[in-house]
Amino acid sequence: MNLKLDQLDQIFVILNNWLLGYLPPVVRPLCSSILAIALILVTFALLFAITTVLERKGLGRIQNRFGPNRVGPCGFLQPIADGIKSLTKEDIVPNPADHVVHFLAPVLLVAAAFMAYAVLPIGRNMILVDMNAGVLYFFAIGSLMELAVFMAGWSSRSKYSLLGAMRAIAQMISYEVPLVLASIVVIMQSGSLSTVSIVNMQATYTGIWPHWFVFTPWGFAGFALFMIAATAESNRSPFDLPEGESEIIAGYYTEYSGFKFALFFLGEYIGMFATSAMAITLFLGGWSAPFSFLTWIPSYFWFFAKLLTIILTFIWVRGTLPRLRMDQLMNLAWEFMLPMTLLNLLTAGVWHFMPAGALRWLICGAMVVVPCILLSRGLKQRKKFQVRKYRFSE
Amino acid sequence: MNVSFILLAIITVVGTAAAMGMRNAVHCVLALTVGLAGVAALYLQLGAQFVGFTQIMVYVGAVAILAVFAIMMTHSPEPAKPPTFSSFWTVGSVVAASVFAVLAWAIHSSSLAAHTLPPQPEVTVQQIGDALMHRFVLPLELMGLLLTAALIGAVVIAMNHREEIK
Amino acid sequence: MNSLQNYLLLSSLLFSIGLAGALIRRNAILVLIGIELMLNAANLNLIAFWRFGPNPAALTGIMFAIFSISIAAAEAAVGLGIILAAYRHSKTTDLDRMNSLRG
Repeated sequence: MNLKLDQLDQIFVILNNWLLGYLPPVVRPLCSSILAIALILVTFALLFAITTVLERKGLGRIQNRFGPNRVGPCGFLQPIADGIKSLTKEDIVPNPADHVVHFLAPVLLVAAAFMAYAVLPIGRNMILVDMNAGVLYFFAIGSLMELAVFMAGWSSRSKYSLLGAMRAIAQMISYEVPLVLASIVVIMQSGSLSTVSIVNMQATYTGIWPHWFVFTPWGFAGFALFMIAATAESNRSPFDLPEGESEIIAGYYTEYSGFKFALFFLGEYIGMFATSAMAITLFLGGWSAPFSFLTWIPSYFWFFAKLLTIILTFIWVRGTLPRLRMDQLMNLAWEFMLPMTLLNLLTAGVWHFMPAGALRWLICGAMVVVPCILLSRGLKQRKKFQVRKYRFSE
Repeated sequence: MNVSFILLAIITVVGTAAAMGMRNAVHCVLALTVGLAGVAALYLQLGAQFVGFTQIMVYVGAVAILAVFAIMMTHSPEPAKPPTFSSFWTVGSVVAASVFAVLAWAIHSSSLAAHTLPPQPEVTVQQIGDALMHRFVLPLELMGLLLTAALIGAVVIAMNHREEIK
Repeated sequence: MNSLQNYLLLSSLLFSIGLAGALIRRNAILVLIGIELMLNAANLNLIAFWRFGPNPAALTGIMFAIFSISIAAAEAAVGLGIILAAYRHSKTTDLDRMNSLRG
């Protein structure tokens, strides 16, 4: 029984080895990686399709309407209809646009978004490359997406596109700092930049409880800060100023149509999944089960369960919160997120050097909670109720 | 000399040459990112993983974006396009070419051919961290000071002083 | 011709391209980028010497490259800040037209 479950857990690894057994040994590494890449592409493209339906239906429910319900059972075949629609649409490129850059931008965005999956452990022994500097690789690839956004906005030769791109880049650069700083606490604690060893470190149990980093004061604060920064990085509501429909149409992809538009959509969602998967890897124990008596369930099931939970939270947040103003966005990044992540680094250091016990919990908890309250109160006090003056509207 | 080195060298040289030769400044920066990504790939090929990814993160993620931001902010409204190259471009290119000639001659005539490739060293990030925290801790601190000073300095220089004048 | 020489040749070519750019471009931002290229050539040299050197376990080349990259980043930030300030003053980034010392 136990053996069988273990086989179920490793079924993809076993299948891969079985298939490769028929090939000459020279091409085995190449074919193995091609197989894994194909699997990742298919899985996450499918997840993207499911997420679009979930998002539209979920937002519909929040806004007291039905959402898509015509195509297929309960509207779940809607993404196929959408795909056919965007494939058959005319691909319009504006005449003054920079054609080469205009074409390359969506390609680079999607390619960069998918490249990030190379270091994300989806299950036990299920990772494309166990890189020694995996987390660094992830953030380096993430910075390519900023460039793609700029290319899209600049090459369109449109005011809306350029404004959207400038907003997006300013936002992504500002929030990349807290994103990286929030993940550094995990690197400090695990002493490694390799995603596999970070997950392995969390996949142990005391009693029935796992050693996930989120169950420590610094880990919880780090996770919260990481997720806020990740929301901003993937340009999702409430940080969706770059594509604020009511202000600048669609931001940097205003001038895209047909399948290129769909590629932007895909790239954005794939990037969101990648950052969520990184949050799972760093703080939520990757593929490890939440209780020790549940370890018999295959590891990839846990990974995707956690990923779907985070995606649903994203949808919930999008349906709940209004969009921020530009100055609020920047103030949040530089006056709240940055000091909090720096203090969180200090907290992780104190946690590491104090003996285990209730006192450690008390001190580290206070080190996180007190500055959080002080900073948010300090931000609130400056908010005076008065008639707001707009510099450019008078 | 293997195929991957030749490919990466071609990417690097073409990218950087395009970065220095194209008319449109934004195209130059985009070509520069291609060239510098080629350099990063060369680092990876040499076994310096950490440096390679740092290179991508710093140059593609920060310097290139900063440069395009600066280009956008200094976009001159005048319609007439100024010439791309400076008035003394012949002198400049002769100087650069002669520098390359001297360097290439020096490399070619040196006794470097005696070196054989040592086995690939195993460099983990842990070792780099240890070295940074022990042997190179003073340079690291200095670097932190320098970066902080640069951060504050750049903000102060680029800050808009118009409000104070009013 | 062994491999170290190839790397050194490539890096000297990079250096010359950067030097040429820094000398002949009119746009101040691209001059700065030329300087960045020269720094990159030096980094490539450092990494190549580390890899082919007698004692790669000492990590000296890697450390130099890391510090050099951070210095280059600081230099880019300050340089672009200065260019922005100069642009605000003289309304141009064309170095041939930035030829007056008086404000």
